[in-house]
Amino acid sequence: MATSRRTAGAVRRLAVLAAAVFGLSAPTVAADEYIVVQSTTSAEHSGLFDAILPAFREQTGIEVRVVAVGTGQAIKNAANGDGDVLLVHDRLAEDKFVADGHGVSRADVMYNDFVVVGPLGDPAGVASMADVLAAFRKIADSGAPFASRGDDSGTHKAELRLWREAGIDAAAASGGWYRETGAGMGSTLNTAIGLGAYVMADRATWVSFGNKRDYRVMVEGDPRLFNQYGIILVNADRHPNVKARLGETFVNWVLSTEGQAAIASYRVDGRQVFFPNATKRP
Amino acid sequence: MGSFMGSLGEAAGLIMALDADLLEIIGLSLRVTLTAVAAACLIGLPLGAVVGALRFPGRSLAGLVLNALMGLPPVVVGLMVYMMLSATGPLGVLGLLYTPTAMIIAQTILVTPIVAALTRQVVEDLHTDYAEQFASLEVRPFDRVVALLWDARLSLLTVALAGFGRAVAEVGAVIIVGGNINHVTRVMTTTIALETSKGNLEFALALGVVLLVIALVVNGAVMTFRASAARMTYA
Amino acid sequence: MLETEINVGAPAAAWREAAPPEALLQARGLCFEGGGKRLIDGIDIDIRAGRRTIVMGANGTGKSLLLRLLHGLIRPTKGEVLWRGRPLDRRGRHAQAMVFQRPVMLRRSVLANLRFALAVRGFTGSERSVREAEAMERARLEGLATRPARVLSAGEQQRLAVARALACAPRVLFLDEPTASLDPVSTHAVEQLIREAHADGVTIVLATHDAGQARRLGDDLIFMHAGRVAETGCASHVLNTPRSEAARAWLEGRLYLDSSS
Ligand SMILES: Nc1ncnc2c1ncn2[C@@H]1O[C@H](COP(=O)(O)OP(=O)(O)OP(=O)(O)O)[C@@H](O)[C@H]1O
Ligand SMILES: [Mg+2]
Repeated sequence: MATSRRTAGAVRRLAVLAAAVFGLSAPTVAADEYIVVQSTTSAEHSGLFDAILPAFREQTGIEVRVVAVGTGQAIKNAANGDGDVLLVHDRLAEDKFVADGHGVSRADVMYNDFVVVGPLGDPAGVASMADVLAAFRKIADSGAPFASRGDDSGTHKAELRLWREAGIDAAAASGGWYRETGAGMGSTLNTAIGLGAYVMADRATWVSFGNKRDYRVMVEGDPRLFNQYGIILVNADRHPNVKARLGETFVNWVLSTEGQAAIASYRVDGRQVFFPNATKRP
Repeated sequence: MGSFMGSLGEAAGLIMALDADLLEIIGLSLRVTLTAVAAACLIGLPLGAVVGALRFPGRSLAGLVLNALMGLPPVVVGLMVYMMLSATGPLGVLGLLYTPTAMIIAQTILVTPIVAALTRQVVEDLHTDYAEQFASLEVRPFDRVVALLWDARLSLLTVALAGFGRAVAEVGAVIIVGGNINHVTRVMTTTIALETSKGNLEFALALGVVLLVIALVVNGAVMTFRASAARMTYA
Repeated sequence: MLETEINVGAPAAAWREAAPPEALLQARGLCFEGGGKRLIDGIDIDIRAGRRTIVMGANGTGKSLLLRLLHGLIRPTKGEVLWRGRPLDRRGRHAQAMVFQRPVMLRRSVLANLRFALAVRGFTGSERSVREAEAMERARLEGLATRPARVLSAGEQQRLAVARALACAPRVLFLDEPTASLDPVSTHAVEQLIREAHADGVTIVLATHDAGQARRLGDDLIFMHAGRVAETGCASHVLNTPRSEAARAWLEGRLYLDSSS
C-alpha cells in the first residue's frame, strides 16, 4: 500500500518535471492573457505580490508577471516599453516618466516607511532617535560604517535626499565610512550586516528579511522616512506593444476598494507592512 | 559551520520532498540549459572544427577571438540580449523578453564560444594525427570536418559538459533577460540569488546543494554513457 | 603459400598499358628546405612503372621526406615532381597511395577505416562493399572487422594500412618502412601483400632499412645520403657491389660521415 502510494507520488513528480523540462507548464499555455509589471525588489521580496495577485487572477484571468529590480532600473525598462505597468517608489522620477510621455498617469497606491537599522552595539549611539537627520549627522561624525544601496533605486534616492538635508556630503566619504554596495535591498542588508554597518531599508523588506542576526531598528517614525509607492500604466501610444486594456484592468483593481483591502490585509510576522492610500478611485 | 550543516540537512529535505514549485524550477533550469547547450553545440562544434582543422586566412585570429569570447561576462551578454529583445530594440517585435526563449538565447551566446574554443583544441589535436592521411587520401574540407567531429565525439561530450556547467551555474544573464518571474522564468540560480537577497541564506545554500546534485546527475549520466560508448569504439 | 589471386582493380591495369614504363614518376632537381637546412638537396630520379623501387639510407637522411615529396604531400622548395611527364597534379595524386612510417588509424573500427578511405576516393554502393570484403580478406582481418583499429597489434595495423591503401586501386603505392617494428611472421604477411599488389601492376616505392627485404622485394634501389642520392641501380647489384662510400659503409655497419653532413 505505502509503497504503491510512494510510487504514484514519484510518478507524479516525474510528470511535473518532464512537463517543465519540455515546456508544457501552465504559464506558456496561458497564451496572451498576461501583463508584465516592472516593480521594485522591496514590494516583491516582502511577498506582497505573491499574496495579492492570486485574487486578481481569479477574478480577471489575467496573469501578472512581476520583474523586480531597483526603481531606477524598473523605470528604464518601462521607458523601453518592456512592461505594461510600473509600480515603484520615487515620486520625482515617476512624475518625470509621465511627463516624458512614457506613462499615462500616476496614482498613489500605498505607503510604508523607511527605517535605519544597525547592530545591537550601536557604535554611533543613534538608537531610538526620532530625528533621522540628527541620527545621520551622528553616524557621519562617529565614522561608523553606513551601507548605501548606491543603485539609483527609490530607497537610494530617498537616502541621498536625507544626507543632503542633513548637510552631509556622503559621496565624499564613499569608500571610507560610507559604503555603496550597488546592489538590491536584500544584498545590501547582507553586506551591511557583514560589515557591521548602519543601513536604511524599507520596512517591508526589513521585516521579512531572514538574516537579521543582532540587527535592530535604530531610527523610525520621522515623517521624512515616509515611503510612497505609485502606479503608472505605460503609455500604449508611445509603446504599441503595451497591453493597455489588461494593464488598465490591473491598475484599476489595485486602486479599487478590493485591491486596497488586499494590500491592507497582507501581514509579515503578524505585522502590516504596506498601508494603502489610493485617492484616485476607478 | 553550523548553518552550513543546516543547509545540507535542508538540501536533503528539499530533495526528499521535491515539491511542485521546486520541480518546476528544476525543470525550467534543465530545459533552458539543455536547450542552450544543444544550440551551442549545433553552432560551436562545426565552427570549432572548421577553425581547428582547416587552413584559411584569419584562422589564428579566429582561434584567438573564440578563446577571448570564452571570458564574456554573463551580465554583458544579458545586457546585449536585453537590448536586442527590448520593445525598443531591433528584435522587440518578437516579444521574447522575459520568456524562457530569451534565457535560452542568452545562454546560447554565452556557451557557444566555450564549445567552439574547446572543440577547436580537441579537433586540432586529432587533426595533427590525421593530417597526412587526410592529405594522402585528398579528403575534402567538408569531409575532414565531419570525420574529425565524428572521431572526436567522445571528447566532445566532455566539451558539451563544460558548456552545460557554465550555463547551469549562470545567473547574471538569465536574470536580466528572464526577469526572474515566478512560475515563468524563475530558475535555480535566480532563485538562489533571490533567496540570498531575502536573507534566507541557509535556504539559498540548500538550493545551491540541490543544483550541485543536478549537475552531478547530469555529468554522471553523460560520463556513464561516454564510458560505455568508449568501450564499444575504443575497447 | 599465400598465393591468393586477387585483382586489385581494373584502373591499375588500364594505366599500366598507357604509361611509358620509364617515366611514371620523376624528380627533377628536387630540393626541400626545413628549419634553415637543406634536407633534400638536388635529387633527380626516375620511378619506373610496374617496378619496385627501394629507398635506403641512414636515419634522418631524407627517405621519408623524399616519399612525401613524390606523393605531393609537401611542396619542394626547388625543382619539381613529374607524373607521366607533367607536373604532379590532383589527378596524379589520385592515382597514388601511401602507407606511413607510423600508420594512421582513424578512431573507428577496422571496417570503418576501410570504408572511409573508399568513400573519400569516390567508391560507392556495391563496388565499395566488394572492395571492402576483398581488402579484409587480403589483409586477413575478417575476424576483426568491428574491432577498433587503434587496439590492433602493430602487425595487424600495418596489414590494415596496406590493405586500405591498396583498396583505393592506386597506380603507385608508397610504403615508408612498413615492417620496421614487426616480427618475421607479420613482416612476411606485409611483404606478401606488397608482392600481390606488384603482381597486379601496382608500382611500389618502399623505404626500408632491411637489406634482406630490399633483396627480396627490390627491382631498383636508390641509396640516399644526407639528402642526396648516393647511388642508384639494380637492387641486388647495389647491395652486392656498392660503389658509393656511403652505401658501402652502411652495409658494413660503419658510421659514414662526409664533409656535406
Ligand atoms: N618539416 C621539417 N622541417 C624541418 N626538418 C625536417 C622536417 N621534416 C624532416 N626534417 C628533418 O629532415 C631529416 C630527414 O628526415 P626524414 O624523416 O626524411 O628521415 P628518414 O631518412 O626517413 O629517417 P628514418 O630512417 O629515421 O625514418 C631529419 O633530420 C628530420 O629531422
Ligand atoms: Mg623515415
